[in-house]
Amino acid sequence: MKNKKYITVVFDDEVPMLQAVHKIQESDQSIQDVLTPFPVHGLDKALKMKRTRIPVAGFICGAIGGLFGFLFQAWIFTVDYPLVFGGKPYLSVPSFIPVTFELTVLFTAVGVVSALFIRSRFIPRKKFEPIHDRITDDRFVILVDAAENEESTRSSLQSLLAGISNVEIV
Amino acid sequence: MLQSPIRVPLIKGNKTYKDVTEDILRPMINRPGKVWYLGISLSGSALLFGAVMIVWTIWHGIGTWGLNRTIGWGWGITNFVWWIGIGHAGTFISAILLLFRQKWRTSINRSAEAMTIFAVICAMLFPIIHMGRPLLGFFIFPYPNFRGLWVNFNSPLVWDVFAISTYFTVSLIFWYVGLIPDIGTVRDKIKSRFKKTIYNVLSFGWKGSARHWHRHEVVTLILAALAAPLVLSVHSIVSMDFASSIVPGWHTTIFPPYFVAGAIFSGFAMVLTLMIITRKALHLEDYITVGHVESMNKIIIATGSIVGLAYLTELFISWYSGVEYEHFVLLNRATGPYWWAYWIMMTANVISPQLLWIKKLRTNLVFTFCLSIVINIGMWFERFVIVVTSLHRDYLTSSWAMYKPTIVEVGLFLGTLGLFFTAFFLFIRVFPVIAIAEVKSVLKSSGEKNPPKVEKNEK
Repeated sequence: MKNKKYITVVFDDEVPMLQAVHKIQESDQSIQDVLTPFPVHGLDKALKMKRTRIPVAGFICGAIGGLFGFLFQAWIFTVDYPLVFGGKPYLSVPSFIPVTFELTVLFTAVGVVSALFIRSRFIPRKKFEPIHDRITDDRFVILVDAAENEESTRSSLQSLLAGISNVEIV
Repeated sequence: MLQSPIRVPLIKGNKTYKDVTEDILRPMINRPGKVWYLGISLSGSALLFGAVMIVWTIWHGIGTWGLNRTIGWGWGITNFVWWIGIGHAGTFISAILLLFRQKWRTSINRSAEAMTIFAVICAMLFPIIHMGRPLLGFFIFPYPNFRGLWVNFNSPLVWDVFAISTYFTVSLIFWYVGLIPDIGTVRDKIKSRFKKTIYNVLSFGWKGSARHWHRHEVVTLILAALAAPLVLSVHSIVSMDFASSIVPGWHTTIFPPYFVAGAIFSGFAMVLTLMIITRKALHLEDYITVGHVESMNKIIIATGSIVGLAYLTELFISWYSGVEYEHFVLLNRATGPYWWAYWIMMTANVISPQLLWIKKLRTNLVFTFCLSIVINIGMWFERFVIVVTSLHRDYLTSSWAMYKPTIVEVGLFLGTLGLFFTAFFLFIRVFPVIAIAEVKSVLKSSGEKNPPKVEKNEK
């Protein structure tokens, strides 16, 4: 997937870019990726992207954190070191809630961010070659999968995107 | 891409995406001006002084402070609560306003979050120094040890350890995740080879892919949804350090909501102080507009009024409770030896924010700047009043005492101010002070420039 050939289509605004995405989706070309300087509203829908499952990962981590936090305190105060504080029962549930809550939040936050980094392969890299040096500035780039014959894809793209302003097919 | 004609644009000047990138990166790429050097040398000296005082405290012990057997918590805890409170505005802006889809937050969230992190660092210093033997500070964490002991999970002080360390970690992660796309922008824009390499590593290979953005947005939302209750829990727990004791003046069920409102109140004041200087010094007037200042002032009115209401409720309840110790504490606060602190607090926190009902004052930057400092001072005195006046005269008249800080305590406070501002000065040099990508995403709907004609999508 990574080394697959592609054709770069560059836009200077997100509106024509979205139009182009729709057009390409309708044609027989396929989009490898879209690179934008900010999250473009409606792009994930246009690309028919599946909703990420990171929230599920977050829920699982949070559940683990909450259970761990509560059971840890309960184990300490009922099994490992039972001690009476102010005449309260050993298992004084209300006073375990704050720490349980904090650990739930901590585990969820660390969980979702790790999931983001792992799924998106965010690794500190030494070298980075941007596909277009203004993607993080003001250019919107669609990477279209190129066929065996690159020229045929290019020409069909040219005719497909003819009606859209300020398109640059590299 | 509808543009509402009624709303004032959030970003002034007909900016293009490129302008946004360049305007925000300019203070990072250009050489810093004289003001920056002056500022950092002032705050750096304060930081150094504070560092010396920390060493002094640890070397000689807490006896170098003005504390005594009656007043065991003085400036140290006052400062701790004050700093934690200041941090809360950052999380409020980045999390709660995000959940409420307030677009104006995009211009200020980055620096407010940075402020949160620095304020929490300042706050965390105080309990650690206050331990007297900070090298044994790790005793506060529950870990299996040879003494066979555990921490007391029924104690709010232990909850505090969890609350604040979680708060710090989550704020840091939240801030950094938000920074990654902008670090990518810096990497692509900066000229120096060396800096490019560093930003490249820090950007984690960000390329702006649609899938990454999708995940990024989801994660930001989840983190916001987590940080919102977290921020409420942190100051509630801090307030329980006081509220779960039996000291009159502390033993109050109103404390958690009252502390949270006070925290956001003082935090917004600090955000205003910083933002009004920053926009001027870094020429970001088009991004942090009078409209932003006004919105923040409205939050100050709201939270300030809650604080005022809480003060009055406290007064009423102390009378209504019929407990003579409670009567005495409130009377002693207002008319006792620390009356001046109480009245500074009352004037600065209850009366002064009410001036913001007047639109002319609310949109006046000089007035807002002065008021924000008044509120910061007022909120510091609120914590001082709560900590010191409650302790200095409680049940046993034989133990009544007075408290005066020593130069060491003053130095520690100055030191944290120095730390806070030094960190902020460094921050504006190494990271973009405004979230570039987020500003771009609201530029069309809230910028001054009219959106280009949108042709109907043939779908």
